[in-house]
Amino acid sequence: MPQFLSMIWPGRATSRGKLADAARWHPLEIGFWVLALALLWLLPTRLLLLNEIAILALFALSLDLILGYAGIVSLGHAAFFGLGAYIAGLLARHGMNDPILGLLAAGAGAGLLGLLSSFLVLRGTDLTKLMVTLGVALILRELANKFDAITGGADGLTGVTMGPVLGLFEFDIFGSTAYLYSLSVLFVLFLVARQLVHSPFGLMLRAIKGNSLRTSAMGVPTNLRLVTIYTIAAAYAGIAGGLLAQTTQFVSLDVLDFHRSADVLLVLVLGGSGLLWGAIIGAVAFKLMYDWLAAITPQYWQFWVGMALVAIVLFGRGGLLGLAGMLRDRLRGLGGRA
Amino acid sequence: MLTILFDGFAYGMLLFVLACGLSITLGLMNFINLAHGAFAMAGGYLTVVLMNRYGVSFFLCLPAGFIATAFLGAILERTLYVHLYGKSHLDQVLFSIGLVFMAMSAIDYFMGAQQQLITLPDSLRGRIDLFGISIGVYRLFVIGICLLLAVALQLVLSKTRFGSQLRAAVDDPRVAQGLGINVNLIFSLTFAFGSGLAGLGGVLGAEILGLDPGFPVKFMIYFLVVISVGGTTTLTGPFLASILLGIADVAGKYYMPKIGSFIIYTIMVLVLIWRPQGLFGRATAR
Repeated sequence: MPQFLSMIWPGRATSRGKLADAARWHPLEIGFWVLALALLWLLPTRLLLLNEIAILALFALSLDLILGYAGIVSLGHAAFFGLGAYIAGLLARHGMNDPILGLLAAGAGAGLLGLLSSFLVLRGTDLTKLMVTLGVALILRELANKFDAITGGADGLTGVTMGPVLGLFEFDIFGSTAYLYSLSVLFVLFLVARQLVHSPFGLMLRAIKGNSLRTSAMGVPTNLRLVTIYTIAAAYAGIAGGLLAQTTQFVSLDVLDFHRSADVLLVLVLGGSGLLWGAIIGAVAFKLMYDWLAAITPQYWQFWVGMALVAIVLFGRGGLLGLAGMLRDRLRGLGGRA
Repeated sequence: MLTILFDGFAYGMLLFVLACGLSITLGLMNFINLAHGAFAMAGGYLTVVLMNRYGVSFFLCLPAGFIATAFLGAILERTLYVHLYGKSHLDQVLFSIGLVFMAMSAIDYFMGAQQQLITLPDSLRGRIDLFGISIGVYRLFVIGICLLLAVALQLVLSKTRFGSQLRAAVDDPRVAQGLGINVNLIFSLTFAFGSGLAGLGGVLGAEILGLDPGFPVKFMIYFLVVISVGGTTTLTGPFLASILLGIADVAGKYYMPKIGSFIIYTIMVLVLIWRPQGLFGRATAR
């Protein structure tokens, strides 16, 4: 469609026009957010699950920024999630229980760690990246385990009590405030990410992912761009972790586990990486699948998760959104012929 | 002190046997296989089943573990892994994590989540005194086997025709193919052999490392540390790296139990910052 337009109105072919085209809202997108808000009243009994979905979607969104857009492979993204969770949890435990301030602190702390570790991560090959990201997450987990006087160690951090959001909305046991809170944070950060990836900065990231040698020859400060997006993504993950700590009022070592880093990878490839919606659709699909499998086989659901990973890699490229795109193209083809 | 050094050495040798198959896979085809530990686990569990259910001798389990996992490796390589050689590292990572998850749940389903124990034969139990150092017989046995394997591997790689073909394929698969070397066949054989070694390591390590369904994830990091610190271009690199790692790990856990494993990860990250190709690896174009 954009190509067709650019033939009629050459003005549309400018880069600014192309960016604006790509950033235009699709009606389905608006529909999704309206539905997500409506679920607050439609599914009042499943709000805790919905809250987890929103948090997982934010976490996957953060991974999407570095993996899908900048092409940085990470096996330790849980490091930032966990750090954010502990920061938010510890702040609330020691009396500073305003949720928004806690989230900002979690994001800032994780972002700082992201900035520092980005210089390590951006060196070397894919294998080195995998190892360093994994190493950073493991070091944090060891630290959280050893300093159990502060973090609660293997028993977890308890006694996290939260004040009302914005001084108005108290957290309740049904999770309606929690879901609304997480969903709003997800929505705001989604808007920011959307703006980011459709900006010249986002296009540059894609170019770096495609061929970093060429982009640096073109004069793009490749490393600076990657450091920036890594830091932003780390802050996103920290905020997601902070949300989990605040809404569940508990932090355990599990937030830094290897499984969490692997699961979020699965979420992203399930939904389709390199598309912001991939993270959200992936989180919905993953949590529903998890919920369903855990009900059938509480102990062995991981087997099916593994099988899903293998199947996606072998057969399905682009995840659910890729599949949807293919179907749409098929249907269009049929429509054109008829 | 010397006993710790000795135990660390035994531990390191074990790590070498477990990890060297992975080093070849990574070096040869540039394939990131995180499921390597699952093959070791398969060898370990095979031993548990053979010994505890059918009363097979431990010494018979060693070759059995090797052959069975090598066979398993060959089948998986031909059916699944072969589709992933040309794919991105991300795909390889996802695929092998998927395999690990499946293997862990399958073991959990069939064998239960508890730690598995094997009883070593009498001839391998107890300790002996050597030059005033108290040495576990079994650890001595492990070191003996692993040293033999390391020497044999080095000889095969450096002296035989297969070894030189393999090294040629490592250096430049395309030119090697052009010279009439069947790179695919060599890779299949090497993959199977590496899996077999992992299985053998699993048999040997069942008593020292412990065996439960979490094994592949728990030790994956150790294998990767060995490979990334040692580099993938030679066998000597991973060999030295695993001995270093073994001694550092055992000594660290003994002297500073609070921060023992923390040291290892920190060293790994530092080495990777300092020399991304590994301590002993040479820089390659890839």
